Amino acid sequence: MERKKLLKAVVKSTKPIINSAPILGGVILLISIITVVVPSTVFASIFKGNEFLNTLIGSTLGSILAGNPVTSYIIGGELLTNGVSLTAVTAFLVAWVTVGLIQLPAETMLLGKRFAITRNITAFIFSMIVAIITVFMVNLI
Amino acid sequence: MTSEKSNGGKIFLGISILIFIVIIIIKPESIIPITKTFGQTILKVIPIIIFIILLMTITEYYVKPKQLVKYLGKKSGIKGWIIAIIAGTISTGPIYVWYPMLNELQKHKIRNGLIATFLYNRSIKIPLIPLIIFYFGLTYTIILTITIILMSVAQGWITEKIVEMKI
Repeated sequence: MERKKLLKAVVKSTKPIINSAPILGGVILLISIITVVVPSTVFASIFKGNEFLNTLIGSTLGSILAGNPVTSYIIGGELLTNGVSLTAVTAFLVAWVTVGLIQLPAETMLLGKRFAITRNITAFIFSMIVAIITVFMVNLI
Repeated sequence: MTSEKSNGGKIFLGISILIFIVIIIIKPESIIPITKTFGQTILKVIPIIIFIILLMTITEYYVKPKQLVKYLGKKSGIKGWIIAIIAGTISTGPIYVWYPMLNELQKHKIRNGLIATFLYNRSIKIPLIPLIIFYFGLTYTIILTITIILMSVAQGWITEKIVEMKI
């Protein structure tokens, strides 16, 4: 193993992470604020419309909120108990991880504006498509 | 990273701190839970960041840019999609800690579609599968996982086409 080459590789790999530290710190702070300030009990009251509208609300809510996926499963479970449809809950669960409005500034700065915006929009649409297909298949079986 | 991007990061952090200050002025009782959550998240993220640095170092040391392009570049074909799906599924931690590494891969001309597919597959959390089964059942979990994998390729492909579209 070449020492010089290894050292160069370590420096080259550490640099982007150090440069991204303020962005990562900002995202973590925003997620911490959302997690504490927005109580999970208010979510069920948001779902009031028809099936399609609820799926849209599920995706939107999942896109805005962020944090540990475990929290999304717990909220999703609560929503189901409160009578929210499985399609809306699935859209919420998928959007929670795949779409990130809070992370969008970070994604824009590191992966490019065009890529970040396009990826988040398509991920938002696909969260609803995934939800519809999944629930259709579950009902079929 | 350019200095413009680096400044953008500092501004973003500044805005986040400003929001935090506003929140604690409105709701002073939230200061402890927010700082506690922040500290806990940082502690959770540190090992993942170390793992990512290690992964990037290994890639930098052993993998030549030409090889990266071969497996994840324009002509990577089905191999590239499979690598993106597997890597996305097994990768751990929050999505944002992976951005610096993906930024480095972008510089090596890695397909944007594969990056999008990688990010989409992060919604499959292998260690959390028992929890999903507990809440939503086994059939649901299996169908959801398969649907996410299949749709991630479509989402990645569409994202790439739009990003590379000349307007």
